[in-house]
Amino acid sequence: MEAAMGLMRRIPPKHSETALSALLSLLPHHSSDLLSQVDQPLQVLCDVDCGKEFILCEYNRDADSYRSPWSNKYHPPLEDGPHPSPELRKLEIEANEVFAVYREQYYEGGISSVYLWEDENEGFVACFLIKKDGSKTAHGKRGYLQEGAWDAIHVIEVGPEEEGKAHYCLTSTVMLSLTTNDESSGTFNLSGSIRRQMNMDLSVAEGHLCNMGKMIEEMEGKLRNSLDQVYFGKTKEMVCTLRPPAELVQMRLPDS
Amino acid sequence: MSDDDEETSTEPEELSHKQKLEIAKWFLINSPPGEIQYVAKDVKAVLKDENVYEAAAAEAFPLYNKSHMICLQLPDRSGDVMVTSFSEITEDEYLDPRTAQVAVVNHVKQACTEVRPASDEELPSAYVEEYRCAVDAEISKYVGEAYPKGVCSVYSTKGKHVEEPGSNFELVVVILASRHSPQNFCNGSWRSIWNVVFEDELQIVELRGRMEVGAHYFEEGNVQLDAKHECKDSTAFQSPDDCAASVVNIIRHHETEYLNSLQTSYLNLPDTTFKDLRRKLPVTRTLFPWHNTMQFSLTRDISKELGIGK
Repeated sequence: MEAAMGLMRRIPPKHSETALSALLSLLPHHSSDLLSQVDQPLQVLCDVDCGKEFILCEYNRDADSYRSPWSNKYHPPLEDGPHPSPELRKLEIEANEVFAVYREQYYEGGISSVYLWEDENEGFVACFLIKKDGSKTAHGKRGYLQEGAWDAIHVIEVGPEEEGKAHYCLTSTVMLSLTTNDESSGTFNLSGSIRRQMNMDLSVAEGHLCNMGKMIEEMEGKLRNSLDQVYFGKTKEMVCTLRPPAELVQMRLPDS
Repeated sequence: MSDDDEETSTEPEELSHKQKLEIAKWFLINSPPGEIQYVAKDVKAVLKDENVYEAAAAEAFPLYNKSHMICLQLPDRSGDVMVTSFSEITEDEYLDPRTAQVAVVNHVKQACTEVRPASDEELPSAYVEEYRCAVDAEISKYVGEAYPKGVCSVYSTKGKHVEEPGSNFELVVVILASRHSPQNFCNGSWRSIWNVVFEDELQIVELRGRMEVGAHYFEEGNVQLDAKHECKDSTAFQSPDDCAASVVNIIRHHETEYLNSLQTSYLNLPDTTFKDLRRKLPVTRTLFPWHNTMQFSLTRDISKELGIGK
């Protein structure tokens, strides 16, 4: 399994779907570990009942169906798929509405979904997802990107309430892919993913949603900065190490 | 998300030898620059089948080595040989025109096992060699200046046995610069391949260049750069020394321009494109008001009115 994760860190990110399929077929007995630990670009389905799109992930899947956070129904329909309890469903509905506004403010477009479910420790787990297509054909207002995708997955484990406080463990992954393509500079593609964790004990006075939201906002801000440093900074550093910008005297081209 | 194994019944299907081989080959061939040995270790562990691994490695390593143009030291330390499709004599033998030797290579070990002098058949004619050698001298100077750890080679391909003016011939210039820093979780490579066609009738030299830059950073995840560029140019067909000088000047010019455009991309990307993905802060310039439920209902109503949150 460690070797499998090692491979996922080396394979070019644009091939990650193929790589995951390959690993699943080689290691079928590790499929649930692979599916929950390997991040893949997010996919979307349309909830036909309310005409809204929702994001697919392991946490709203049962067999080959996915539960919509809007209608709480499985697509394609499933006889006895798991659903969150009524109280948790209420929180899930509110989380989806609030998160949609958060998404609009930061992402100016895109799709978001939130899924909640009970876990064995009397707490619950929440998964907040965002998918943004910033390419010039979609929501890219500035029109530079041939292809631009930001997929964020935030999974928060919330512990049971004790003395007015709860423990929150957030694991966030952001997958980013940028491609520009023009005559003078050829194709330029930067892709990949970064993952981080954050643990906090917070008072539940303002509610779980508020706590989770603030953690996610802080984490996304930090990840965005990291991505700037890593995606741009580190790879650019490598390019300049391979071929330092010419400080040489330019030789004159002989007349040809 | 694909989920191959769930389609069958309770027991997942065992893959055939051929299927496992293809998968192993795919992982090996797609390794980032300098990382095939690490990938090989992981592939072996995941396959749990020595036979399949060895068969896959035998097929994959030569392809990877040629595509990445790896540079191996000759056993007698007389120089280096680059493993490329242009220097290939047989799958395990590669020509180094500079020292006129042929190296025998073990692809899986990525090492040179023995070396022998090249035969006349394998080398270009004296006429072509004059040009090849002149270009080689100039390009080596250029690469030495421009690339801290660069290697290069010039090969005669089409028309290498042309004895005198009257026919066309072709040279291929390859440049490789790679940087492996696994302890810093960072690897990268720059590859340039220039096809130089000497057209006798028109008395011009046509150049076609292809540059590919790759970088891989894997400390907190997996981030890779993959950039490519193609260009064309031409110059007059002159004496070997003059040709060499103009050919290398053209190469130097285009490669410098490409580096500049890469730097410009890096300058522009964060400001322009990144913002199209996620802003640093909302338009309000304040953090999101999670605690304020009044604000929520307000924003909820507003967003409903504006039809946001489709």
